Amino acid sequence: MTKSVTAGRVPIRGWLRFFRSELRLVFGLRRNLWILAVAGAFPVLIGIGLRLATHQGNSGGPDGVAFISQLAGNGVFLSFIALTLLLTLVMPLAVGVAAGDSIAGEAGYGTLRTLLAVPAGRVRILSVKYASIVVFAVAVTFVVAGVALATGAALFPIGPVTLLSGTTVPLADGVVRLLLVALYVAAAMASFGAMGLAFSTLTEHSLGAIAALAILAVVSEVIDNVPQFAAVHPYLPTHWWNSFDALMRVPVDTGTLGRGLLSFGIYTLLWGSIAWARFGTADVTS
Amino acid sequence: MTGTQIRNAAPSATGLVAISEPAAETAEAAAPAVLAVASSGLTKRFGSGQVAVDHVDLAVPRGCVYGFLGPNGSGKTTTIRMLLGLAFPTSGRTEVLGVPMPSGAVQVLPRVGSLVEGPGFYPFLTGWDNLTRCDAADRTANPRTAAARIGEALDRVGLLAAVRKRYRHYSLGMKQRLGIAASLLAPRELIVLDEPTNGLDPQGTREVRALIRQIATEGVTVFVSSHLLGEVEQVCSHVGVMRAGRLVFQGPLEELRRTSAARIRVQTAEPAAAEAVLHRLGLADLQVSGHQVSAQLGEDSPERICTELVHAGVAVRDLGVVVPSLEELFVGLTGEGFDVHD
Repeated sequence: MTKSVTAGRVPIRGWLRFFRSELRLVFGLRRNLWILAVAGAFPVLIGIGLRLATHQGNSGGPDGVAFISQLAGNGVFLSFIALTLLLTLVMPLAVGVAAGDSIAGEAGYGTLRTLLAVPAGRVRILSVKYASIVVFAVAVTFVVAGVALATGAALFPIGPVTLLSGTTVPLADGVVRLLLVALYVAAAMASFGAMGLAFSTLTEHSLGAIAALAILAVVSEVIDNVPQFAAVHPYLPTHWWNSFDALMRVPVDTGTLGRGLLSFGIYTLLWGSIAWARFGTADVTS
Repeated sequence: MTGTQIRNAAPSATGLVAISEPAAETAEAAAPAVLAVASSGLTKRFGSGQVAVDHVDLAVPRGCVYGFLGPNGSGKTTTIRMLLGLAFPTSGRTEVLGVPMPSGAVQVLPRVGSLVEGPGFYPFLTGWDNLTRCDAADRTANPRTAAARIGEALDRVGLLAAVRKRYRHYSLGMKQRLGIAASLLAPRELIVLDEPTNGLDPQGTREVRALIRQIATEGVTVFVSSHLLGEVEQVCSHVGVMRAGRLVFQGPLEELRRTSAARIRVQTAEPAAAEAVLHRLGLADLQVSGHQVSAQLGEDSPERICTELVHAGVAVRDLGVVVPSLEELFVGLTGEGFDVHD
């Protein structure tokens, strides 16, 4: 039999091999590819809808969504509109499916016991799972932002970008800001993914974890829209998701951004710890 | 059969003392423990209060094929889960290859191949991709030799022809064999197979037995569980028998055979007279039912008993020696069917 154990192997290489295997699994799953495709279809639909609306002469579009009025003059804004609209349900759901499935799905297949007996290591499994959730969150965000940018460029004029603070910056500057916005949104989705990972360790039914996650996101958003609960708003997991418009000002509102990123970081730590505490000591009976 | 036959041949105490020396901390440096698996007082109580495993003292000598037997629901799989660190014991200690579990799981499990409660694989991946996934999760596996090792493991279980087939489309037997292949991905010192013949046809069962025999000839300790004695009897050197969460017998298979005392059985029209003769000869465990008298044969010879009976004027219709089969012993130890306690 071939000698397989090499003394003193670099642990990070082994981790990366496991991580690559996990990415192949996540991005090889037809369901996840469909999710990415559907997430990418939304900006196209929104773009076409808003194009038709502006054609008919009225300002159109959902009320209260920032950037709508600027869209007619500049297609870049379709990305911001798409992110704003899809952050309420579509993107959290997309990330939630991957995150809620992460551990529960393995338990459901019975592969969790196989992995543990290999042994993959409990903490190592969690870290690989979370890393792949983050990659999926980034993928969802960039698919939405990228498709929206392309759709916007195709349907609307493209040019220098007028920011929310009234300043006009060159197109390249605007695209860089869009990139930063996408990274901020990806961070929001990654922290939401940590909550999904924690939920996923509590059950062997992915659907349960995903549903619980979606319900929690909606509840948080509802509370966030009730003025009487203003005192708790900053502590809600979804509160800072849309604060990326802070990047669309000169100077950039770093205070808001910082608070948002801090909120994402704390929630990631909190849910990550819960996942670790649960998965590190749970009997795997599936 | 009763509790008098229950014996515990576990040298577990000595095994545990030998293992718990500090030198055993590093796997490579450890002197080979005498026991591949040792547990003392291993107990698992579920949240519901049900005791699934009750003070089990396992002693599995290195290099043996250990048949872990018991009816479904007797606690075999829960015990195996604890041996492999999948579940945590409520109390008691376990050592696998000289390393305490579950704390040493990451350290020792690379030397342990296992198949627990049926194969667990991704239905949408091929057999090959499933094993690649297992290998990628193993931090001790060398990626350069992965293809060769996976090919070899699949070859040993006869699945090379189906490597490109999705697991979902495998037959039950192929699934079991893929599970065994996963346990053979690296050189192992211990292979734990939980019900590897479950759902297999007689042909498949024979193949698994041949595979176990082959693995054992390489000096690997094999721990195989089954609810059917007959399926593993031919390959086992040692057995442990579980009943309702307790280990009711453990030791070499020969020792289990020896517990099956031969009995003399006499058919006669005068059972009372025959009984008196057997009693005079000092035979133990006399039983009379109808025209049949039976007793433990002990050291006596059936010829002498026959002569004594005839001399005493007992008309003997039929006289014979009965040795209970291993299967009867097993049923005696584990109870008849429907004996699972909730």
